[in-house]
Amino acid sequence: MSTQTSAAIALTPGATAAPAPGAPGVAHLKLDNGMEIVVIPDPRTPVVTHMVWYKNGSADDPLGKSGIAHFLEHLMFKGTKENPQGAFSNLVAELGGQENAFTGYDYTAYFQRIGKEHLATLMRFEADRMTNLLLNDDVVGPEREVVLEERRMRVDNDPSAQLDETLQAVLFAHHPYGTPIIGWNHEIEELSREDALAYYTRFYTPENAILIVAGDVDAQTVKALAAQTYGKIPARAQAPTRRRPQEPPPRAERLVTLTDEKVEQPSHERIFVVPSYTTAAPGEAEALDVLAHILGGGPASVLYETLVGEEKLAVAVGAYYMGTALDDTRFYIFATPADGVELKDLDIALDRVLDKFVGAQLNEEDLQRAKTRMIADAVYARDSQVSLARWYGESLATGLGVADVTDWPDRIDAVTDASVIGAARKWLDKKRSVTGFLLPKETADA
Amino acid sequence: MTAHNTLATPKSRAENVQRIVTPEGVEAWLVESYAVPLVALEFSVRGGAAQDPDGKEGLATLLAGLLDEGAGSLDSRAFHRAVEDLAVHIGFGAERDSLSGHLQTLSRNVDQAFALFKLTLNDARFDADAIDRVRGQLAAGIKRDANDPDAMVAKAFREAAFPGHPYSRAARGELETLERLTRSDLETMRGRLFARENLKIAVVGAIDAATLTARLDEAFGGWSLRGDLAPVSDIAVHDIGARKIVDLDVPQSTMRFGRPGVAKKDSDYFAAVVVNHILGGGVFTARLFNEVREKRGLAYSVYSQLHEFDHCPMLVGGAATKNERAGETLDVLEEQCRLLSTDGPSLDELEKAKKFLTGSYALRFDTSTKIAGQLVNIQRDGLEPSYLDERNAKIDAVTLEDARRAARRLLGDGKVLVAVAGRPQGIS
Repeated sequence: MSTQTSAAIALTPGATAAPAPGAPGVAHLKLDNGMEIVVIPDPRTPVVTHMVWYKNGSADDPLGKSGIAHFLEHLMFKGTKENPQGAFSNLVAELGGQENAFTGYDYTAYFQRIGKEHLATLMRFEADRMTNLLLNDDVVGPEREVVLEERRMRVDNDPSAQLDETLQAVLFAHHPYGTPIIGWNHEIEELSREDALAYYTRFYTPENAILIVAGDVDAQTVKALAAQTYGKIPARAQAPTRRRPQEPPPRAERLVTLTDEKVEQPSHERIFVVPSYTTAAPGEAEALDVLAHILGGGPASVLYETLVGEEKLAVAVGAYYMGTALDDTRFYIFATPADGVELKDLDIALDRVLDKFVGAQLNEEDLQRAKTRMIADAVYARDSQVSLARWYGESLATGLGVADVTDWPDRIDAVTDASVIGAARKWLDKKRSVTGFLLPKETADA
Repeated sequence: MTAHNTLATPKSRAENVQRIVTPEGVEAWLVESYAVPLVALEFSVRGGAAQDPDGKEGLATLLAGLLDEGAGSLDSRAFHRAVEDLAVHIGFGAERDSLSGHLQTLSRNVDQAFALFKLTLNDARFDADAIDRVRGQLAAGIKRDANDPDAMVAKAFREAAFPGHPYSRAARGELETLERLTRSDLETMRGRLFARENLKIAVVGAIDAATLTARLDEAFGGWSLRGDLAPVSDIAVHDIGARKIVDLDVPQSTMRFGRPGVAKKDSDYFAAVVVNHILGGGVFTARLFNEVREKRGLAYSVYSQLHEFDHCPMLVGGAATKNERAGETLDVLEEQCRLLSTDGPSLDELEKAKKFLTGSYALRFDTSTKIAGQLVNIQRDGLEPSYLDERNAKIDAVTLEDARRAARRLLGDGKVLVAVAGRPQGIS
């Protein structure tokens, strides 16, 4: 033990400033075949985070093939000619790495965390499965069962998840955001090896991929390693285009009620369709972000102080703006009623608080408090290379640029009281929303 | 400076840990680092939900929930606004054997953040409306999980595994026990738990030892030295081989299974860690993953892990599979336990497991809060900072013979206590 403070080993962050949104050092490069590269330096630890993001998600599933993006994500672990099933995972494990993958509405991503000296090896294997995936029915069949079990676990066992799935389906009458990422059960059952390969061939191309590396590595080294691996994959001339049916203007407020004998704690949720960081007019997404924080970002928020603190109609309430999305997105308000409070009374109270909010001047203290927290959270994110890598990945995969992430704190700081109230008036219009009630069976029957 | 540092051969981690003892006698481990302008503190006091008096289950959880609901001159609303104005993170939680706390702040707000933290640790108000509110939140959580398969199997498992023991009870209480808890119960519990002899602290970030020493004395120096913990007896998992079925009308059966484990102080502990990794700890490489998920498509999630309560080491695991194939899944689980027990792992499995376990140790130290959490855990286990450098050697030293012996001890005849929620077929 000593008082040495700056050796750059895993336990001890070094003296060099870490990168962050707002800080220089994040590099954005491109390979000749069109693959994008983002390098986020983090000299504190000898660990790297290596991610490949594909700019396609469940919203790009062909009609009638819901769940194919997610199913393919599972099948991507089934091996290639050079690296048969299990070889990649066994190698990652042997090198002391961790790996996983995830599918969203707008992207699919694969990642590993590992000692930095193994970065080139990871790239070789990840580049191999970008184009050389081998699938046969012997592996596709059991994996389809695994996905159906995943759906049973996430949805069929849980009434609140079933309500949530229904709310999304009602909120989006036309856009594929209304279809669950994992897919509808009856369509998952029919997904075939051929469906998976067709989808793979269409989307798993260098032009459609983003490499993100965070760790103690410099941009030119990453680019050189990437050129020797990902760079060998021939370009397909252009990136696949994403053409999704867009939502018509919403005209009617909707209420969805799910009753189930397994429900003992009722809950309330309201979701609005609003612009995303990608589709919003300048400054509008930032205003929605700040609005969500002021309304429902914790116990010092307007909804919490009113409905939980003063009126005691709810035990919990919150709001969340899902700002990262390629198309128009969702703004959530959710509440848990206090014992004995009817959901319809909580719903009326929520309307009343929102009406009062949009009809009044925004309290300057509330605005400043929200900005302070949000800007600070960007600093807290610098403590985790995985958080930073995900932030850049999600942003770039939904059509934003590196500057949109690095400048985000400044743009939050520029949000005005008028723009917050304006965003609330314009977008928290009940016609743009669907409200969900989760209720016990006996209450509904009464 | 960094070129020769690799995951395989890290330089000493321990030498970067400063041990601080304040004038008031508060001890903490500090890793000083200025790479990010943040400070993270984690602490743990021994004695959590297992210390709840009979009939007052949920008390430790309620106490943890009320510490940041108003303190000193600040009522709940004023306190939460102060937390937001500083953009500080303060949180508390009760586990079975401990109550833990967390502080994270921008380094420029360190003094004010510690001032708020001090209030929560010494002057939480326990106002009546705050007690009612947090009690209502806990009750809503209990009702939300009343028919949740994971919560149901957790309850059925602990009631069968630990009959009559504090571990059999609900850590966050039951609706009727929450109703009984009073302000005076909270004050008594705080007095019993918040004692320096029970306290372990770790701090990571942009703060020097002198500054931290002063802040720690302000925050913790007023605590009494001695607490008042009720003795908790040691217990091994009961009812091995039993099946506890909780009827629930869902298409999938959720299972939780377990057997007695190996204590951290046991000479076979690291061999048991290796064996568990081979059985069900390795996410994509474990035998359970391959046999249950990969080959048969029986489940999305299947795993095992070593879990050490202070008074009960366990091997536990879980799986979720459609009702029609629940019996088949349980058969495969127990067969895999039995095979690993009788035949032991192969040399190849042993070597690969050791490579993963040693190589991935660095991944536990890549954020300030994770480092602080690791340092608190090491202190709770009664170990020195040198453990940071010795741990991988202990894994490396596990021989095939050690692993075979540990597998026999850990897995015995392969039978497990299992709790199942759903309408499982083929299990009775």
